[in-house]
Amino acid sequence: MIQLVYRYCKPFVLSIVAVMVLLFVQAQTELALPDYMSDIVNTGIQTGGITDGVPKVLRASEYEKLRIFFNESDKKHFDEYYELLSTSNASAEELEDYPILTKEDVYIQKSDVNTDEAWNQTMSQAGLLVMSLDAMISQDSAIVNEDQAGMEDFKAMMAQLPPNMSLYDALTMLPQEQIDEMRVKMSEQFSALGDSTMNAAAAAFVKAEYQAIGMDTDAIQSQYIFISGLKMLGMSLLSAACAILVGLLASRIAAGVGKHMRGDVFRKVESFTSTEFNRFSTASLITRNTNDIQQVQMVIVMFIRIVIYAPIIGIGALLKVLNSSVSMTWIIALVLIVILGLIMTIFAIVMPKFKIIQKLIDRLNLVMREFLDGMPVIRAFNTQDYEEQKFEQANSDITKTNLFVNRTMAAMMPVMMFVMNGVALLIIWIGGHQIDAGTMQIGDIMAFIQYTMQIIMAFLMISMVAIMLPRAAVAGNRVKEVLDCEISIVDPVNPQDFDTDKRGWVEFDHVSFCYPGAEEAVLHDITFQARPKETTAFIGSTGSGKSTLINLVPRFYDVSAGKVLVDGVDVREVKQADLRDKIGYVPQKGILFSGTIASNLRYAKADASQDELQEASDIAQASEFINSKPDGFEEAIAQGGTNVSGGQKQRLSIARALVKQPEIYIFDDSFSALDFKTDAKLRKALGELTANTQATVLVVAQRIASIMHADRIVVLDQGRVVGMGTHEELLKDCKVYQEIAYSQLSKEELHHE
Amino acid sequence: MSNQTNRPPRRMGHGPMRAMGPGEKAKNFKGTMQTLIRYMHPYYAKIIMAMIFAIAGTIFMIVGPKISGKATTALAEGFMEKVSGTGGIDFDYILKIICFMIVLYIASGLFSFTQQFIMSGVTQRTAYDLRRKIAAKINRMPFSYFDTNSHGDILSRVTNDVDTLAQSLNQSLNTVITSVVNIIGFTIMMLSISWQMTLIAFVTVPLSLIMVLMIVKRSQKYFVRQQRFLGEVNGHIEEMYSGHIVMKAFNGEARSVEEFEQHNRNLYGVGWKSQFLSGLMQPITAFVGNIGYVGVCILGGYLAIQGTIEIGDIQAFIQYVRNFNQPITQMAQVMNLLQSTAAAAERVFEFLNEAEEVKETNNPVEIYDENRNCKIKGQVTFENVRFGYDPEKIVIHHFSMYIKAGQKVAIVGPTGAGKTTIVKLLMRFYELNSGTIYIDGIPTTDMRRSDLRSLFGMVLQDAWLFNGTIMENLRYGKLDADDEDVIKAADAAYVDHFIRTLDHSYQTEINEDSNNVSQGQKQLLTIARAFLADPKILILDEATSSVDTRTEVLIQKGMEKLMENRTSFVIAHRLSTIRDADIILVMKDGDIVEAGSHEDLMRENGFYTQLYNSQFEEV
Repeated sequence: MIQLVYRYCKPFVLSIVAVMVLLFVQAQTELALPDYMSDIVNTGIQTGGITDGVPKVLRASEYEKLRIFFNESDKKHFDEYYELLSTSNASAEELEDYPILTKEDVYIQKSDVNTDEAWNQTMSQAGLLVMSLDAMISQDSAIVNEDQAGMEDFKAMMAQLPPNMSLYDALTMLPQEQIDEMRVKMSEQFSALGDSTMNAAAAAFVKAEYQAIGMDTDAIQSQYIFISGLKMLGMSLLSAACAILVGLLASRIAAGVGKHMRGDVFRKVESFTSTEFNRFSTASLITRNTNDIQQVQMVIVMFIRIVIYAPIIGIGALLKVLNSSVSMTWIIALVLIVILGLIMTIFAIVMPKFKIIQKLIDRLNLVMREFLDGMPVIRAFNTQDYEEQKFEQANSDITKTNLFVNRTMAAMMPVMMFVMNGVALLIIWIGGHQIDAGTMQIGDIMAFIQYTMQIIMAFLMISMVAIMLPRAAVAGNRVKEVLDCEISIVDPVNPQDFDTDKRGWVEFDHVSFCYPGAEEAVLHDITFQARPKETTAFIGSTGSGKSTLINLVPRFYDVSAGKVLVDGVDVREVKQADLRDKIGYVPQKGILFSGTIASNLRYAKADASQDELQEASDIAQASEFINSKPDGFEEAIAQGGTNVSGGQKQRLSIARALVKQPEIYIFDDSFSALDFKTDAKLRKALGELTANTQATVLVVAQRIASIMHADRIVVLDQGRVVGMGTHEELLKDCKVYQEIAYSQLSKEELHHE
Repeated sequence: MSNQTNRPPRRMGHGPMRAMGPGEKAKNFKGTMQTLIRYMHPYYAKIIMAMIFAIAGTIFMIVGPKISGKATTALAEGFMEKVSGTGGIDFDYILKIICFMIVLYIASGLFSFTQQFIMSGVTQRTAYDLRRKIAAKINRMPFSYFDTNSHGDILSRVTNDVDTLAQSLNQSLNTVITSVVNIIGFTIMMLSISWQMTLIAFVTVPLSLIMVLMIVKRSQKYFVRQQRFLGEVNGHIEEMYSGHIVMKAFNGEARSVEEFEQHNRNLYGVGWKSQFLSGLMQPITAFVGNIGYVGVCILGGYLAIQGTIEIGDIQAFIQYVRNFNQPITQMAQVMNLLQSTAAAAERVFEFLNEAEEVKETNNPVEIYDENRNCKIKGQVTFENVRFGYDPEKIVIHHFSMYIKAGQKVAIVGPTGAGKTTIVKLLMRFYELNSGTIYIDGIPTTDMRRSDLRSLFGMVLQDAWLFNGTIMENLRYGKLDADDEDVIKAADAAYVDHFIRTLDHSYQTEINEDSNNVSQGQKQLLTIARAFLADPKILILDEATSSVDTRTEVLIQKGMEKLMENRTSFVIAHRLSTIRDADIILVMKDGDIVEAGSHEDLMRENGFYTQLYNSQFEEV
């Protein structure tokens, strides 16, 4: 199976690589979408659309406060990042944006600077400090809690301040070391809150500052939400685009593989000989070329869409999880083991039942088929009740088993749901303790749950495919068997020429034949000669080997011993196509192809004229019914020739062979569906034709009447020639021939003439 | 007929291609669905119960996120309290919530399992009933139905269609119930949060429906064509493989491959397009879903600024929006699934509604006395019989004939002349258009069908045996016969010796294709079966030449013995049989053209004479 997929996917390597890249991008976007969502919620809604503690605009007075907590390099950085916009030189526009400009100067972040995480930290901490102090001053304990550690120092400090001195003035007078010390203390406290909390608090400082400046903070917030939304839409558009492109490539790859495979199998089967056909059986070859390839095609689509995608997204999610919190990954391992165990248990129960169901379906079909085929007998014997009981048994068996399987499978979904929900609860419980220990944040838990679900889903998808794969593999192997099958009959490397002196001669020289794999030979040591202008007939009971014998002439099979000569040359020494060009073959069953009567007749000779068709139909006794058809020779023939009767089919296939005007005619029991009268007329016309055209005729027949006038009759019994001669000769001294003859005709009929 | 039943399944596998394909569409969707719903009335109570369980299970699932949100909130609050030093996480409370949730999830799981448990019972029972009804129906149908409908077709109704019906019904009923509950539940939950946001979420629904419809409309076209081209490819494969030997004999490989490649290219051209188009659906609806999602976020933001709703509500709402699209897409898929349910149901109901055999007479003439002894001698009269398989096309125009008990009637004529028609009329497999057939002076329509048919014994060319032991097959002639009777009958039919040479003698199993005994032996077995049945009137179809000579002699002998003292109708293929028949019926194009003894007919110098002489014509 893998070999097969590999062989047929190779031409699509570029597309497959492209698919992988696209799937990777898609997985990334898919994994990123939750991030955008949390952006909208966390930043857009919770912090008013302000992402961090770095203000874009800052009042000069506020800067003075922040400055207290800056060290030298911080101050330098500030000068680098911000420029002063003074009241005097503010433009009207700027006045509108920052109404505070009428009262005081502001610092504006230069548009071309890139701040780093450290600067963000510095600004956030300073901002938070200022905010806490302001809150302290205004006695607003809503923001800074009175009990908070470290605040005692400030309180003490405040108390010591001279009445007219602000806290900030006092702070500026403190030595730098003390300020630094304070900073370190504060930053320790802040980091205990966690990054996200600190960020959110700092954002609140920035928002307050913007409000003080008189900026429209609502507009900032809605703009942020809007832009995030747009980004998210862009992401999902990208994701959709990837998915669509993958769909395009996948369907082209699958259809392409299907096309090539179908074509290869078809070409291969067309080159098969009867041996290979018997090995596989026609019905099986049809299924292999149609349904089985369809199955393989489906697997490829599935493979591209799921088997490649699931690991990408699964691993992507796993990486995200590992980034956020290694300590809980054991939960994922646990859950995967539990799910795997569940799947395996359910399938261990259900899988054997599936096989039983298949058998029960076959049984139901069999009972029904017998029921239908035997209807006249059933009605004649009045055994309807007996049949219904038999059907009832098969019916209730299959119902019971189906019910069991359905109900077992029905248990799977709720159990899976329970496992998934249970995992979420487990994560909350374990994660809660991690939060308590200060090693994790709430956001991490939410993310962890989301990513865990994604991993589980990926895992489920792969296991579903893994379950379906064996069935598809069966189909794949069946296709492969055909492709790998060695053809038993091949053209010789150096084909010989036919002997023109022996034109039309068919000779069997001590021929034995044994079907491949069979123990007993069908034909033993057959020797005879058939010459032009003569009719050679073969008769014998079923299984005597007469059809097999005749099929050796067009080399549908190769002899096991001895040789078959046509035109004086061993048939194995010439090209099959050249050999068959000489032969007009009429098969046992009248096989016609869909098209028209004319197209069927021209199958033997593509450029045959209308007159040739007419003449052949006349001889084959087919003209009468052809003319009775509304469209004559252009009458449509349905697939399998279902719209003409058995006898008409036989006559048309005889006419087809006649159109070819070959050297050798082979009639393989081709008169069986004809009535006596047509049979007789046909034989007469054929006799005239072969006499005129010097053709050799080989006939296999069941009815003595059909062959009693042959020049030579070969009587076969269990694969051996038991008599050879004319009707009269054989009637005299061939016991087998006599038996056949007497069983078919009364004595007087045999000597009627 | 048998080669039709052996053909590969009529329909292709249940692949993804089928999920959207228009291939199987009911002619009358609404009507069929109504019939189906009416048909399921014994299960209404169970279905309602399943619905209640489904609703309960789904509601628990819908409520789930809201309660688990509480655990998150408790965590968050506890964390904040810890940070500010006022307390910590209340693990007792969280554990309570978690335990409650586990109970909730278990209950929900049990509910949905119970629902599916009930529903699979309902659908499997329905399938079982339908199969049983079809089987019973077959017994009540007139023969003419089977002339125009292949066995393969009926078989596929019993298996494929009933299976498709059961499976798709189970799946679609479950999905419909849960989806409806989900949609309603989500809507209520969403409305309880904010009607404005709900509105936005709803706006995207028609948008994605329009998208889906547009894609379906486009892809439908390709699906139809794909189905057609696939049919062409498969048809060509089937045709060329069945005619392989002819193709080989006439060196047709290149032509065949060329034609195949043409079909194959066509298939590829539409195949990938239809698959691609159907694959568009998912990403496009997901994108539309995301538009709604973003819309909800933005609107939620505004509302939060105004203080109309809380942040936690937005988060819950977002969860509902994400899940809201799912039942809607599922419903769309179910609509497709229901199409194939309806198509399958339609075919099944169509069959169940076919006309049945003409009803039995109300006052049947008793042909058996109290001791189950038959009062019939076997005298047969045809009186002005007029018949046609198709009432528009009468084949037997005016046929009258008197046959004495114990006489031998041969029926001759070219292939396809309708030689078996007389037999079918005799046994009342078909109804006459006019005229009457009498047996011992009693019109056959005045007898019970079962009584009438019990008078006949049949040995047909196409010997019918079933998968079972030889003993069972023989006993089929008389179900209450004991082993000894069976063996006696086998002995009379010259088949006892053959049976005893088999591995398990009378207990030898006839295999599924009944090809472990030869054609001739099968025929001998059916002769034995007829012996056992001991009928008053015999119908024999002569063996054709596909039997080896020795067996043929045995068959001949068996048949002759069977015919002794019985009225017999012999469908003759061989002239030797005809000669000594009391009456020869000559058939041509369905009609009886001549009737009489061999000598009479030869004297008439008509069609029979022509037929008789034709085989001896000099070549």
